[in-house]
Amino acid sequence: MAGEKEKKVSKGEVKEERKPKAPAAEEAAKKKAAAPKDEAPQEPQVDVDTLPLVKRVKEVKGEFIEDVKYFRGEITFLVKKEGIVDLCHFLKDDSETQFDFLTEVIGTHYPEREKPFEVVYHLYSTSKKHRVRLKVQLAEDEEVESVFPVWRSATWYEREVYDMLGIRFANHPDLKRILLPDDWEGHPLRKDYPLQGPPGYREAWIKAHCASTNKL
Amino acid sequence: MMEKGLMDKGSVEGQVTEDLMRDTLKTREMWLNMGPQHPSTHGVLRLILALEGERIVDTEIVIGYLHRGMEKLAEAKTYPQFLPYTDRLDYISSHAMNFGYVLAVEKLMGIEVPERAQYIRVMMAELTRISSHLIWLATHALDIGAMTVFLYCFREREMILDLFEMACGARLTTSYFRIGGVAHDLPDGFIEQAREFCKIFPKKAQDYDDLILKNRIWLSRTVNVAKISGEEGLNLGLTGPNIRGSGVYWDIRKDEPYSNYDKLDWEIAVEHGCDVYARYLVRLKEMRESCKIVSQCLDILEKLDGPVMAKVPKVIKPPEGEVYASVEAPKGELGFYIVSDGSPKPYRLKIRAPSFANLISVPTMVRGHMVADVIAVIGSIDVVLGEVDR
Repeated sequence: MAGEKEKKVSKGEVKEERKPKAPAAEEAAKKKAAAPKDEAPQEPQVDVDTLPLVKRVKEVKGEFIEDVKYFRGEITFLVKKEGIVDLCHFLKDDSETQFDFLTEVIGTHYPEREKPFEVVYHLYSTSKKHRVRLKVQLAEDEEVESVFPVWRSATWYEREVYDMLGIRFANHPDLKRILLPDDWEGHPLRKDYPLQGPPGYREAWIKAHCASTNKL
Repeated sequence: MMEKGLMDKGSVEGQVTEDLMRDTLKTREMWLNMGPQHPSTHGVLRLILALEGERIVDTEIVIGYLHRGMEKLAEAKTYPQFLPYTDRLDYISSHAMNFGYVLAVEKLMGIEVPERAQYIRVMMAELTRISSHLIWLATHALDIGAMTVFLYCFREREMILDLFEMACGARLTTSYFRIGGVAHDLPDGFIEQAREFCKIFPKKAQDYDDLILKNRIWLSRTVNVAKISGEEGLNLGLTGPNIRGSGVYWDIRKDEPYSNYDKLDWEIAVEHGCDVYARYLVRLKEMRESCKIVSQCLDILEKLDGPVMAKVPKVIKPPEGEVYASVEAPKGELGFYIVSDGSPKPYRLKIRAPSFANLISVPTMVRGHMVADVIAVIGSIDVVLGEVDR
């Protein structure tokens, strides 16, 4: 018993010893955290408008471009909703851009924004070896034109975006769910969708499928 | 079978029979369901084939049977916590999946990975490529009817899995990579054992060639089957060995060299046949090239000492921003798009799975072919459903 007490005491001492160290560690962490922040502004010093790709796109299709961003060597165009197909046709066919490959289409949900949905297109050129990102922002219930006429692979990517976020694509040849069952309710990658599925779904499933081991 | 008298138009019975035949024996498309539980669909893939006789006129692909909501899960996990999930994407090439993920996070945070870790990563990724291609060759050949190749390939794959086990204790779901390096250094004896593999593998690859490269049945099942041009392939999202089988010189390891691929000597495997056979040749050549890369890495690793982990903060909190990083996984372009809001968890993580994109072109490839060719086509594009459904 005495030994245990001693141990407890010694543990307590150790804890007390560690406490004063904690603020120092925090400071160190802060310094560390501060360091990359100092490094980060070095990047945006690149003047976006001098990049040949940005120059070319702004020159020809400038009316569709709302904003250009440059982060970690990647160019992002914020595109007006109505210009996306036109711009994609241009990017694919122009001899200076030649984006012949649609890498993917992504949907993102930002519930706090005025236009809560964002559709992101990643393009790649197999001949010029460069990449670009296009973004379209959409309000709730707003549709965006499908880029299917430009790259046929968009059919599946856009179906996935529709499935996961409920963003609708106009003139899509076959817009339906792809990963989830056809009778699924809701769109899981929306931020308001519960992580463990709709309430009661899990319990109902267990009741229906695991009758013998039903202990819930 | 029918008596002549019955078919006589003049008789009442003949008229009735003719009407009956017109109504019931119409020539029409037949819909055939293939999968999801079918040995040659390599997982749970369902195809609905519209047939005219035995020719395919249309195909619908039904996926999602293995959907686990990885992207939703990622939003609830910290960056290091999500790493083991990436193993479960393409579960037969987990190192490559880890690679794509850690590269994306490192790009986001601006971490420099130590040289030794870079070489270990490249070596592991290439060993994974060999093992993944071995499984592909084994199952593809088995689907078409060559049993021996299957046994041979699994024998060599076992050697690679033993190496993985040595390095990280696991054979399939390795989780060996870390944000900033690898989990720990290579154990003693690893380099010797890996060298042994590199020494015997080219001979074994020759054995596979001897078995099927000029085999008449193999040729008649693969040559000129499921042709797709490079341009059409790109339009349909085809990447990796599949697009290289259509004569497109595109390998991310060469075109946008990540890690240390630009310091190593190897060639892109490209074929111009555009058919199932060309994709087979590409993968066989790729295995040999990967073996070359592994032995070069071993030479360097023997002399190169140093840390295998960069200095990474304990809590990984990338700055606000978004990045896309991609690697050449055994199946094609694997990309991770991460949106960070400055918190320890990704705000949005999207996985660009190569198998998912490669499946898009299957209906185009199989149109006009026989039912039996569907099996050769699915084998040739090498899908893993863990990655398709995520």
